[in-house]
Amino acid sequence: MEKPEQRSFKERIIKFPWWLVSIGLVIIVTLLLIINTPSFNEAFVIMSAGISTTITITIIAYSISLLIGLIVGLGRVSSGVIAKNMATFYIEIVRGIPMLVLIFFTALVIIPGAIKLISLVGDKFIGIGWASVGEPLAGVNIRMVSMSFRAVIALSITYGAFSAEIFRAGIQSIHPGQMQAARSQGMSYGQAMKNVILPQAIRNMLPALGNDFISMLKDSSLVSVLAVRDVTHLARLYAGGSFRFTEAYSTLAVLYLCMTVLLSLVVKYIERRISTNDKS
Amino acid sequence: MTNPNGNHMIEIKNLNKWFGDLQALNNVNLTVQQGKVLVIVGPSGSGKSTLLRCINYLETPSNGEIRFMGNLLAENDDNLNCHRAEIGMVFQDFNLYAHLSVLDNITLALRVVKKIDRKTAEDIAMAQLEKVGIADKANKMPLQISGGQQQRAAIARALAMQPQLMLFDEPTSALDPEMIKEVLDVMMLLVEEGITMVIVTHEMGFARAAADEVIFMDYGCIVERNTPHGLFNKPKSDRTKLFLSQILQNN
Repeated sequence: MEKPEQRSFKERIIKFPWWLVSIGLVIIVTLLLIINTPSFNEAFVIMSAGISTTITITIIAYSISLLIGLIVGLGRVSSGVIAKNMATFYIEIVRGIPMLVLIFFTALVIIPGAIKLISLVGDKFIGIGWASVGEPLAGVNIRMVSMSFRAVIALSITYGAFSAEIFRAGIQSIHPGQMQAARSQGMSYGQAMKNVILPQAIRNMLPALGNDFISMLKDSSLVSVLAVRDVTHLARLYAGGSFRFTEAYSTLAVLYLCMTVLLSLVVKYIERRISTNDKS
Repeated sequence: MTNPNGNHMIEIKNLNKWFGDLQALNNVNLTVQQGKVLVIVGPSGSGKSTLLRCINYLETPSNGEIRFMGNLLAENDDNLNCHRAEIGMVFQDFNLYAHLSVLDNITLALRVVKKIDRKTAEDIAMAQLEKVGIADKANKMPLQISGGQQQRAAIARALAMQPQLMLFDEPTSALDPEMIKEVLDVMMLLVEEGITMVIVTHEMGFARAAADEVIFMDYGCIVERNTPHGLFNKPKSDRTKLFLSQILQNN
């Protein structure tokens, strides 16, 4: 690729990422406030304890959602009637329910229900004399499942449906000839998927998956409704106790902004690398 | 391998294929003998590619039976993948694995299907690339080489599996004119080696030179089966005559 020797002044003005500079300014001003103003400083110190919770929940839930997405996405593109319908059922249900409602539902209905089921199964095992298998199962109690864990599962289930759609689109973006060539060489459907289709599909999916990660980082704030002590929850606590809403929520907003802007720059970089690779 | 039908490599009986309401193959019967080269010609939409793709079950026949070396092929049969591994296929659009280098394109199926270790697979691959004349492109990505080179790599990929049978689905139709010859030269090499081949092509000169038999297809039927000399010089059917006159006009 050749570069023009000298860009005109006007062109530079137009191409310059003013938006990024503006966001940088907003972040710097807030940082200065945090350093210089005691009330902002106090808000930040209290909230910063939640940053690691937010990041940990996001990373774990995102990893699980990728796994769900891969399995469900494969179901969506499979020719099996049962797999296809089960996958579509799950995706449509998740997409049809607001995320906040889904988080309540998973954390307070599905998971307690599942726990209850496990202990009932345990009782049944004890009933038929398999105490060694039954007793540990029967002893399972909903209080053993922390809210953070339930929050992670809730986010994973929600985002699993989104990444399933990304996997489906990624797999379908690969020319059918690739699958035919692999099958014609004697590879099974699974071997062809693993060795030929998915490596190409995942490369195409990287920008979308990156954006998904950013969305999840933001949506992880919803788990604060389950009293998980993430940044949002701590900000609400601080604001509620001190009535310093401006300090609490400005600091909170900028904290999220710092994380998402950094991540979106990474996604943009990956996007650019992929498109230059495609051209060569 | 047991082969009750003498030296029939492929035996097709009463093969039909529908795409919805469209009948792509209409009661096709065909045998191909070991070591022979069969060329299928015909207008587009005549079912010749569908017939070829039914032979390794890339298309599932609606009904009828296909035997490969005496074995009845069937969908969802565990043996189907084994049979496919013995049938090399070359596609119109090459279909090289876009994320792999030319060398890895050839070694992938050797490693995954035949469980050959990487080092041995690479030796096999290099020998095949040598044969098709692009050993120097082994480490290039498919999109970095020309169409003719890509198709030769695709042929090398199929040959590396040591197939009993090679299927060619219009191997030169997607190529620029100046690259057709290099691919046909490689195919001619295989003809001389005596590999059993079924070729769908519009290259009548190649058909004349390479084929033991030529089939003319139209509307999903085999209209005429003849020697190349017979089909091109004294076609028995009027439809064949019409098709050939149109082809010759265009050339």
